Amino acid sequence: MKKLLVLSAFAAMLASGTALADTSGKKIAFSNNYAGNSWRQAMLDSYAIVTKKAVEDKVVAAADVFTTADKEVPTQAAQVQNLILQGYDAIVINAASPDALNGAIKQACDAGIVVVSFDGIVTEPCAYRVVVDFKDMGKQEVEQMAKFQPKGGNLLEIRGLAGTSIDDAIHAGILEGVAAHPEFKIVGSVTGDWDQTTAQKAVATILPSLPEIVGVVDQGGDGYGAAQAFAAAGKPRPTIIMGNRQDELKWWKEQKEKDGYKTWSASIAPGVSTLAFWVAQQVLDGRKDVPHDLLVPYLAFTQDDFEAALPKIKEGGVATHEYTQEDAIAAIKANIKQ
Amino acid sequence: MTALAPGTLPKSSPRGNAARARMLRSLLPALSLALVLMAIAWLNPRAISYFGFNLMLNLAIPIALATIAQMFVIAGNELDLSIGTFVGFVGCVTATWLRDAPLIGVAVLLGSIGVYALLGALIHLRNLPSIVVTLGMSFVWQGLAILILPKPGGKAPDWLLAIMSFKPPYIPFPILAALLIAAIVHFGLMRTSYGVILRGSGGNAAALRRAGWSLLKTKIVLFALTGLFGVLSGMALIGITTSADANIGNGYTLLSIAGVILGGGEFVGGRVSPIGAVIGALTLALAASPLLTFMHIPPDWQVAANGAILIIVLAARVLISRRER
Repeated sequence: MKKLLVLSAFAAMLASGTALADTSGKKIAFSNNYAGNSWRQAMLDSYAIVTKKAVEDKVVAAADVFTTADKEVPTQAAQVQNLILQGYDAIVINAASPDALNGAIKQACDAGIVVVSFDGIVTEPCAYRVVVDFKDMGKQEVEQMAKFQPKGGNLLEIRGLAGTSIDDAIHAGILEGVAAHPEFKIVGSVTGDWDQTTAQKAVATILPSLPEIVGVVDQGGDGYGAAQAFAAAGKPRPTIIMGNRQDELKWWKEQKEKDGYKTWSASIAPGVSTLAFWVAQQVLDGRKDVPHDLLVPYLAFTQDDFEAALPKIKEGGVATHEYTQEDAIAAIKANIKQ
Repeated sequence: MTALAPGTLPKSSPRGNAARARMLRSLLPALSLALVLMAIAWLNPRAISYFGFNLMLNLAIPIALATIAQMFVIAGNELDLSIGTFVGFVGCVTATWLRDAPLIGVAVLLGSIGVYALLGALIHLRNLPSIVVTLGMSFVWQGLAILILPKPGGKAPDWLLAIMSFKPPYIPFPILAALLIAAIVHFGLMRTSYGVILRGSGGNAAALRRAGWSLLKTKIVLFALTGLFGVLSGMALIGITTSADANIGNGYTLLSIAGVILGGGEFVGGRVSPIGAVIGALTLALAASPLLTFMHIPPDWQVAANGAILIIVLAARVLISRRER
């Protein structure tokens, strides 16, 4: 025991000797509740790239990733409690539920741990939230649709995973957009779970009962499936909003080359995990003025720039963006001004 | 046991052999819990403290209660595949009605226990396989939970939060709660005469019927007890998480079955052990989460490692019960 103490004191001396930043001795954990789709894989990849470099550069001492085996809330709550016991200084979290983890998050805050949530955010006031404006994204989908289909018409909506805050926000944005553009009418709504296969099945099931559809508004990860369903049913191809997935953008490119097909694509960049990491680092660095709610833009592609992005995306992957420490500082600054 | 010399045991005395195996079986849950605790102590010494046990084990209380709930059904030779979503449903009721309109909340929760009792009657009278009925019910509970709470939210009643964050001196609350649950259920099911009848209804139904006991009544009681402990589990869970989510309990179905089996229960024959079930639930809760987190496994392997730990723990149990035969 004594030997261990001496050793650790020695290690601490060494660490402080080579320190470049005030956070060089800090450990940041990443609590993740799910890893089973392309978006989450891209999220973990981006996180690994950025944090590996941060650890090598001695910006932080450790940045470990913990993924729960199931998507359940109690499992992740237990995981957060274990991270408290492990003595991490900050926890970056993609939460299974916005509210149901609050008990564990509060315990973490009480133990002096900085908690930064993103994507699946937590509502506990002591935590930080890196939020993408999903509602605006939903609204923008209808705005863009109005450009491609100026005459208006019937829309089909594809919803995401039921009961999640993200699905709720995008849906609310779409409704707001339709209210602002009365020429559009949502005539059908299906649940696609952000998954091409699920979306394809759901759209194929509802298509026969629908009138002519001019556009599909969705949540990303479901656009290609919808396109397949329309093609299989022999229905005319509507304007389908895309969600930055590789298969979606590839299909868009094929259609564009064929007849100049036009649409728009938007989604949250999986690399937002890295932004959350830098925000945690900034708070650990002693910044007191970081707002608890940070609004960051979503990643969108238009007719002109999507083809340039396509080759950079892994087969079956999703377009991402890795954030830097400067990006985080800029985002914090932008949010303080508001 | 101690009176028998080791050399005289094998083959020559089958009864002594069986007794030893039974003894091993009842000790195994405690042994596996001790093993997991030792591993945790080795990996992260600071977890073995009042604060540490509080954090590591408080989410084990609802699992232990759900496991006890499942144990009652298993005691009657049935299986409940709806306990997880039922816990989620109770959670949603607890975080909404029980706080805002306590009378309605209590009525709904009592009513749901009544539904469980009716299910028991239905399964017995129509001779339906419980797996099918409860699988169907799992969708009903899930649907009701989403109706009550379409998006995550709600808040636990203050008295419940106070109970679940209770900090008794010296012994962490989760351990105290586990002891209490195990003691009460052990007394009720293993030490009272009606408890014997309840277990007997799963072990030898024909004999009980001939002796004049109503099997309909035993089944109703077993299912109602499952409902009761399911309600307690849901409330305890919300007391810890402070807020609900319609999907919050989904993982409990399989955890509770694994807990019963790990704790020395059998799928058939009314063989269950309340103390074992509680220990089994604690072991599962510890093995699945704290142990895994402390082991620092690369993220790609964490999900698989979780499964591997469960299989190892359950396999040890199976090896021992095989020796018994």
